Amino acid sequence: MEHYISLATKAMFVENILLAYFLGMCSFLAISKRIDTSIGLGFAVVFVLTITAPANWAIHHYLLQEGALAWAGFPEVDLSFLNFIIFIAVIAAMVQLVEMILDRFSPTLYHNLGIFLPLIAVNCAILGGSLFLVEREYTLLESTIFGFGSGMGWFLAIVSMASIRHRLRYSNVPRKLRGLGITMLLTGLLSMAFMAFSGIDL
Amino acid sequence: MAFLDKKSKQAFTDPLSVNNPITLQVLGICSALAVTVKMDTAVVMSLAVIAVLSISNTLIALLRNLIPGKVRIIVQLSIIASLVIITDQVLKAYMYDISKQLSVFVGLIITNCIVMGRAEAFAMQNTPGKSFLDGLGNGLGYGGILIVVSFFRELFGSGTLYGYQVIPDSFYEAGYENMGLMVLSPGAFVILGLIVWVHRISADIEEE
Repeated sequence: MEHYISLATKAMFVENILLAYFLGMCSFLAISKRIDTSIGLGFAVVFVLTITAPANWAIHHYLLQEGALAWAGFPEVDLSFLNFIIFIAVIAAMVQLVEMILDRFSPTLYHNLGIFLPLIAVNCAILGGSLFLVEREYTLLESTIFGFGSGMGWFLAIVSMASIRHRLRYSNVPRKLRGLGITMLLTGLLSMAFMAFSGIDL
Repeated sequence: MAFLDKKSKQAFTDPLSVNNPITLQVLGICSALAVTVKMDTAVVMSLAVIAVLSISNTLIALLRNLIPGKVRIIVQLSIIASLVIITDQVLKAYMYDISKQLSVFVGLIITNCIVMGRAEAFAMQNTPGKSFLDGLGNGLGYGGILIVVSFFRELFGSGTLYGYQVIPDSFYEAGYENMGLMVLSPGAFVILGLIVWVHRISADIEEE
């Protein structure tokens, strides 16, 4: 149990997918202008990462890995070079599926997340999460927890950034530094703050 | 370049100077920064992006009249993903050590917004020749920033350039120390923020 809690906190704080691995920067920079939209996108990322991580784990484990097709009579086949294209297809399909399910069963949540869901298919954090779990050889449960933890980490980062940028409106930033420049510098500071977690080990 | 008309030339040179994909269009930062701790990985990564971007732009421009509008995103994604797989396999075959260091970031070229962005914004409306130049220009503009960031991070963080020591031993004996922060992620954010600032002052661009 402790192992899993430690994995989740590590993915959330110490190895924050955005601040330590730079994944999902594009939408982070574009969306963090407003707090409410950041919260919406943050939840959508948590949701999709938690679903796609185990789905891609299963596909890698039972279909693509070297020797995974032994049950079908092809023990020597190694399809792991197909990882990239299959993962991105799974992510796109999952996003579509989540969109349809939400539309049917929870119209309010669908309405709130609506515009952000399609954007998520090309968010590096999602594909990055799937590629990391293959590289680090996680188990199914570990992958799910890692997916959830990374999503929460991304959520924390974008919401804190949106709050900082909200306060920034009242400060006097050099004119050429406004926008992208100051946001990058702030992200640097935020990432330094998150590094303070690195000594913590549960 | 007499064989190029003005517009193609512009497609190539614009992203190199004023309309840089990273500092102005804010595209493709995702996988840009993680590989900039050392210059050699940054150079290989830039080459990979340049190759994928220019070839995918050309292919998508060739197919632009055949791709139905409704499924264009998935068609573009599969073209890009196939090219990235080829790049990854080539790197694994010929530069195994560096491909290990780049780890998942080669795969992440697929979701690099710059590749999709150029396909959608340029290659779908222009001829293959122009799209190739646009891809090459954007790739070089992107690679340029990557190499500049890695130059500063490696110089200040490890005291080396491209693996060779440039800060003399006498400096270290006199009390000089490498800046540990540069090797870690905040260094990349700060350097990129400063580059954006300098670029905007020199190109005279403002954002509200």
